[in-house]
Amino acid sequence: MNAPETNLQINAWRGFKEGEWQKKVAVRDFIQLNYTPYEGDDSFIAGPTERTNKVWEKLSEMLKAERAAPGQVLDVAADRGTGITAFGPGYIDKDLEKIVGVQTDAPLKRAIFPNTGLRMVQSSLEEIGRELDPKIEEVFHKYRKDHNSGVFDIYNPLIRACRSSGVITGLPDAYGRGRIIGDYRRVALYGIDQLIEFKKAEKAETDDFDFTEDTIRLREELSEQIRALGELKEMAASYGFDIGKPAATAQEAIQWTYFGYLAAIKEQNGAAMSIGRISTFLDIYIERDQKEGKITEAEAQEFIDDLVIKLRIVRFLRTEEYNSLYSGDPTWVTESIGGMGKDGRTLVSKNSFRFLNTLFNLGPAPEPNLTVLWSPALPQGFKNFCAKVSIETSSIQYESDEQMRPHWGDDYAIACCVSAMEVGKQMQFFGARCNLAKAMLYAINGGVDEKTGKKVVPNFEPITSEYLDYDEVMAKYDKMLDWLAKTYVKALNAIHYMHDKYSYERIEMALHDRDILRTMACGIAGLSVAADSLSAIKYAKVKTIRNEAGVAVDFEIEGEYPAFGNNDDRVDEIAVYLTESFMNKVKSHKMYRNALPTQSILTITSNVVYGKKTGNTPDGRRAGAPFAPGANPMNGRDTSGFVAAGASVAKLPYEAALDGISWTASATPDALGHSLADRVNNLTACLDGFCNATGFHINVNVLNRDTLLDAMDHPEKYPQLTIRVSGYAVNFIKLTREQQLDVINRTFHVKC
Amino acid sequence: MSIEIVEVQRPLGEIVPAMVDENGKMCGFVHSFETGAAVDGPGMRFVVFVSGCQFRCLYCHNPDTWKLHNGKQKTVDEVVAEIGKYAAFLKMTGGLTISGGEPLMQAHFVGEIFYRVKQQYGLHTALDTQGFLAAHLDDSWFDNVDLILLDIKQFNPERYEKLTGKPLQPTLDFARRLQKMGKKIWLRYVLVPGWSDDFDDVEGLAEFVQSLGSIVERVEVLPFHKMGEHKWEELGMKYELGDVEPPSTEVTERVRDQFRARGLNTY
Repeated sequence: MNAPETNLQINAWRGFKEGEWQKKVAVRDFIQLNYTPYEGDDSFIAGPTERTNKVWEKLSEMLKAERAAPGQVLDVAADRGTGITAFGPGYIDKDLEKIVGVQTDAPLKRAIFPNTGLRMVQSSLEEIGRELDPKIEEVFHKYRKDHNSGVFDIYNPLIRACRSSGVITGLPDAYGRGRIIGDYRRVALYGIDQLIEFKKAEKAETDDFDFTEDTIRLREELSEQIRALGELKEMAASYGFDIGKPAATAQEAIQWTYFGYLAAIKEQNGAAMSIGRISTFLDIYIERDQKEGKITEAEAQEFIDDLVIKLRIVRFLRTEEYNSLYSGDPTWVTESIGGMGKDGRTLVSKNSFRFLNTLFNLGPAPEPNLTVLWSPALPQGFKNFCAKVSIETSSIQYESDEQMRPHWGDDYAIACCVSAMEVGKQMQFFGARCNLAKAMLYAINGGVDEKTGKKVVPNFEPITSEYLDYDEVMAKYDKMLDWLAKTYVKALNAIHYMHDKYSYERIEMALHDRDILRTMACGIAGLSVAADSLSAIKYAKVKTIRNEAGVAVDFEIEGEYPAFGNNDDRVDEIAVYLTESFMNKVKSHKMYRNALPTQSILTITSNVVYGKKTGNTPDGRRAGAPFAPGANPMNGRDTSGFVAAGASVAKLPYEAALDGISWTASATPDALGHSLADRVNNLTACLDGFCNATGFHINVNVLNRDTLLDAMDHPEKYPQLTIRVSGYAVNFIKLTREQQLDVINRTFHVKC
Repeated sequence: MSIEIVEVQRPLGEIVPAMVDENGKMCGFVHSFETGAAVDGPGMRFVVFVSGCQFRCLYCHNPDTWKLHNGKQKTVDEVVAEIGKYAAFLKMTGGLTISGGEPLMQAHFVGEIFYRVKQQYGLHTALDTQGFLAAHLDDSWFDNVDLILLDIKQFNPERYEKLTGKPLQPTLDFARRLQKMGKKIWLRYVLVPGWSDDFDDVEGLAEFVQSLGSIVERVEVLPFHKMGEHKWEELGMKYELGDVEPPSTEVTERVRDQFRARGLNTY
């Protein structure tokens, strides 16, 4: 380190407690030594300033225009492929903004990402009546290959068949895989110049390694990372900032961190582009500035409001098909807030409140996906504030810090909805999900698709008896799931090999350690349908109804069966068994880059699409009817109240679903208590209770049916109405009518 | 020496005799369980809805619980085991509420559940009742009940009987008795336009409730709703309040203010 650099650091790091973090990249160490836990209530919090209101109003007009535009896409930069330095600076209002930077050269103008898949770019442009610049087409046809083409070179006919029948759906083989969180805090704490030095040192350590395929790939990746850091510095310079040096003020720390994130969303269009766990880190800078008398609380809130405004307008160009899986244009800019430290101090800071307070200052919104890491040990003032925000905005989700901390430490963050990873030290290969309900129909029908009549899975014999026998179905289902897991892992290995090769996340990985834990994040959908079907076969009698071709296309249930979601072990144990057994099947295969296999029980909004692609099931569900989202019980079958439903969901073991278990619970305000104080008390008590019962995740909605019905008919009146669905939040008015009805039916079944 | 003839007044109504199943286990009839109720007592409640009620309230939203045998027969053991699944949660967040129907109709069964839940789990307990049958029970029966959710459906005796099919006086007597016992009360009043929104009737009730003193922890004015209407149809009965709309916010607030004016903690 030369002298001028040291001086810059002395200024930037003034007043911070010294430690290991000064010698190497160690953000957690920095936070632990320097943050101020906050145990109080929300009385310190500041409302929006006039400036903030002006910026938000200006943006609201643009958002209105966006909703009215074809495909709800305001504009596209179709003349060039995206990249960290592909665009000059862009602003909402240059004079007013305190934190700057947008993905292209104007807000809400979307970029194209041909590296992941040119075909997807072409179809998404066609759908909104735009054309791709022929030069780009030429480049990708003549001179280089994209991720999507790479994957399809590898797929075998069986993977293709599973993909088109929908027994495996949502594979990231044509768009960015996402779910990788760069440690954007590093940009603020160290500055780019120092980070480049660290990376160069990491690379130099491999100079003497044997140049095996693994080392070669690693060295190329490190070179790309170093290049990307340089581009990030250049991009920031175009906005007039020198981020070569570390941030010296709160405003700089927020701006530097955001530039790091901005580079990532300029370069990658991953389904989920989460920001990590930045609030308490940034609080250290705010505390320092406030102690030095540099900024007021109103100014601190203004910076956070401005940052959040930027995070609300992250946009990617998608296809209609994609939108049917992930409705409402989500980007999963997930920020993880709160939690407890390993030393027993809370990680809640004043900035945890400021982030949540943006939902009041700017109104409710689906993004950023504010996620509270819940523990019964959190300070009461924070718990109450969270509950109040939930009750009034339905915009936040909760995940059990008690479940995650033992696995991932106290500096993990959530990627997407429910996937925890230690920041900067771990990444995942996102693997979408298998349809367990459809797989059961394949087991019954010997691999013949119940909708098309096509033989999808070879070498399987159908069940021929009139009444289904539990042991026979289980034996065949087990074999079918073996086959499915094997096919599924093949597809995932192909996807991630090609993604690394053709669409490597240069800047996100530059903000990771060199040696990291990789997980292969598999997933299952239709768990409650599958568990209820097996319960019906076991505890009632299920008669098959076959068509002329002998395919079981419908089922009649004689008698009653216990349904998942009523805290009844007879069926809940079946759900637990399916979860554990599928995980074990996946684990028996070899993973690309020796990733650790995990799985999620999560559907996002694709529960509707999965339902469409699945015929009548033995639990009595009709063909085409939506599945329950995530790990939820089937709609209307959880008749014992939501605590029983939560208890059933909480039995699903986190150890067998380390990528997360999603549960969505909804209530009307009146059902939660007679006054705001009662509602706050009841909600915090429920969250504590669910957490203690080893529950993992809850989306909390507090909404009136009438409001939602009115919003369906008069969307213009509810531009910001937000509702939580499996693992994320959406603008209610951006859902399809079908999904709106699904949400309403699931939320409100009259019970008195 | 003359003999004084004392007329012993039998309490009105009947309590169902204690029942046992074929194995000699004490049992009763349960309509349903609800595990996540937030408006039936303090905090989050496990609610046992027992079946059987002698009242025929015109606005009843659970007419399917009127007949005892509409419920499923369950032993005390079964019910307590079901509650036990949530004991840790309830201990922290709320407790047990027994509602109905009218729980006192199966006082033997219900009393045993309260006793066992207190003994085994130490939960907070609440009884949702109109009190009509309470005179059949000794004070000691209430030892295992921490809170009474007392429904007084009208204060005008004539209109009370028209609305519910039974006389008002036993309920008022019960309230006085609770006062003597020092038992906590949440008073619940369903506000039905044209049936229980009369200013003077509410004044009378508010005055009475105020006179009960410190045992009254809160008053809940519950706006009438028609969510139970479909059940009347399913049971083949005529729903007489089909034309009645829920009360306006103004009327609801006016009634609440009448209670508040007497220093009552009103929701």
